[in-house]
Amino acid sequence: MDWTAFTLSIQLGAGTLALLLPIGVALGRTLAVHRFAGKGIVEALVALPLVLPPTVLGFYLLVAFGGRSPLGRFFASLTSQSLAFSFEGLLLASLLVNLPFAVQPIQRAFESIPVDVREAAACCGMPWWRAWLAIELPLAWPGIVTAAVLTFAHTLGEFGVVLMVGGNIPAETRTLSIAIYDRMQAFDDRGAGIMAAMLLIVALATLAITNALSRRVGRRHA
Amino acid sequence: MRETAMLTVGVHQSVPIPLDIDLSCGAGEVLAVFGPSGSGKTTLLRCIAGLHRPRRARIVCAGETWTDTDAGIHVPTERRRVGLVFQDYALFPHLTARGNVMAALGDRPRQERCQEADRWLAAVHLNGLESRRAAALSGGQRQRVALARALARDPHVLLLDEPFAAVDRAIRTKLHDELDALRRRVRIPMLLVTHDFQDVVRLATDVLVIERGRAIAAGPIETLTSRADIPWSHHALDAGSVFDGRVRTRERARGLADLEFTGGGLVVPDRGLAIGAHVRLRIPAREVILAINRPEGLSLHNILEGRVSAITQHGDEHLVQVAVGDARLLAAVTRDAVNRLALAPGRPVFALIKSLSIDTFGPHAAGGFNRGDTSASPEYTTDPR
Repeated sequence: MDWTAFTLSIQLGAGTLALLLPIGVALGRTLAVHRFAGKGIVEALVALPLVLPPTVLGFYLLVAFGGRSPLGRFFASLTSQSLAFSFEGLLLASLLVNLPFAVQPIQRAFESIPVDVREAAACCGMPWWRAWLAIELPLAWPGIVTAAVLTFAHTLGEFGVVLMVGGNIPAETRTLSIAIYDRMQAFDDRGAGIMAAMLLIVALATLAITNALSRRVGRRHA
Repeated sequence: MRETAMLTVGVHQSVPIPLDIDLSCGAGEVLAVFGPSGSGKTTLLRCIAGLHRPRRARIVCAGETWTDTDAGIHVPTERRRVGLVFQDYALFPHLTARGNVMAALGDRPRQERCQEADRWLAAVHLNGLESRRAAALSGGQRQRVALARALARDPHVLLLDEPFAAVDRAIRTKLHDELDALRRRVRIPMLLVTHDFQDVVRLATDVLVIERGRAIAAGPIETLTSRADIPWSHHALDAGSVFDGRVRTRERARGLADLEFTGGGLVVPDRGLAIGAHVRLRIPAREVILAINRPEGLSLHNILEGRVSAITQHGDEHLVQVAVGDARLLAAVTRDAVNRLALAPGRPVFALIKSLSIDTFGPHAAGGFNRGDTSASPEYTTDPR
């Protein structure tokens, strides 16, 4: 059992969740509520990781992270290390790959709130932040939970992009998925099996926790 | 005092929805904005609430300028003291009845908002349903929660967008009575948008008839419903004068009640009306018979003496306006009747009205029977299809 890989996977999942969920809520709500020029393009870009082969996505990210790209040079000047094949690079890639899983359910959730309910909040004299906290967020909550589950689960399972961008560096970019592949390559079926079971348990636990969480919120509003 | 509580509105735009309307409404008045679907009624309300930004408009409520496009003023909705009852009520589905009303009570302490919300729910007869979720309430109950929520904001104007469209007739009559009672307590301008003339007859003090965004008639309900020059049938309505009266006496033995109104006295069936109560009357123009001489030996109770003040022809029907005291009464008669009786402005006539023909609406004593409760009163709608 590769505990370093396990910890890394959880760190990557939690980090992605923490950074991506606020982005998903902001972007999802904006796409749901506002009409603006270029909205279709933004929606298409958000959906792109769904249809793009992970290796293609990984390739472009690797190019963008490289020492010759402005992003790579900027990161190197800040931290004096390479963005490619680092945990930070992996996290950034993970954010981009998971964008549709975070944004789309949240966008659907905000879209399902009737316009007049939003307007009623304003007519009740609620400033936007209060209307957002007291009305919109609770109504969009199931969508946000779905987004969190999808993002976390997908981060744990991502393989292609991780391998392309991160490689297979222990304690830096070797996640559980990569480690399982690594063990299989070394004909270590037992090691791979234990880690696969570990991922299965984590997946089941995630589902159970979110289920309980959304049920509690549902009760609070009952 | 009355001046400062006024709502004055002028909205003028041709796109996206044409509107060319000026109106004002004082405290305690109910201005019915009446017109067919798609005539711009709801957009007008949305302008007042600040939910729609008109191209050119000036909206002043209780001395505060809410919209003035010339001066570049547009106060956001949440800073306008406005109570709006949406057509579909727009309750917050995840909150209880109490939670919905509390949402309109600002950031006061929770305990205080809770008590205040319960007071408002009691005012709309929803005691016992405070912790019921919005989704579990019936149509009429939802409407009441929406009304309580709108009033809890302590608004300077109450806007009602087709508030009775989604409830059935029996409930509607009850809500009519309750809203009428409430309006006498909460003295603010009220705008009632409706395409159902029954709502207008029951609740309005003033009427604004709009068509394709333009006002085609406006005035106090008594004046407007007594105008002979409005082609009522064009709006799929039967002409009929509306009056406000008070119950003078009840003769229970004879089953009659005696009312006083601006035209003098009227005898109506005793439908359990309470003595001293304010009653709204409607006299359908087709039920009014005109006579040159005072007839005798008739079963009917009401013979009003007056003078023809106007006649207008609408198709085969003539609308004759008769001045009775300070009141104006409409009678619908044929061309033949106009010729035979030589009806012309200034001609003295007697208006004959069966007591049973008079619709009465108002608070009544227990065990009473209100004609408005039954399907006997005609259904008014501008959309005959």
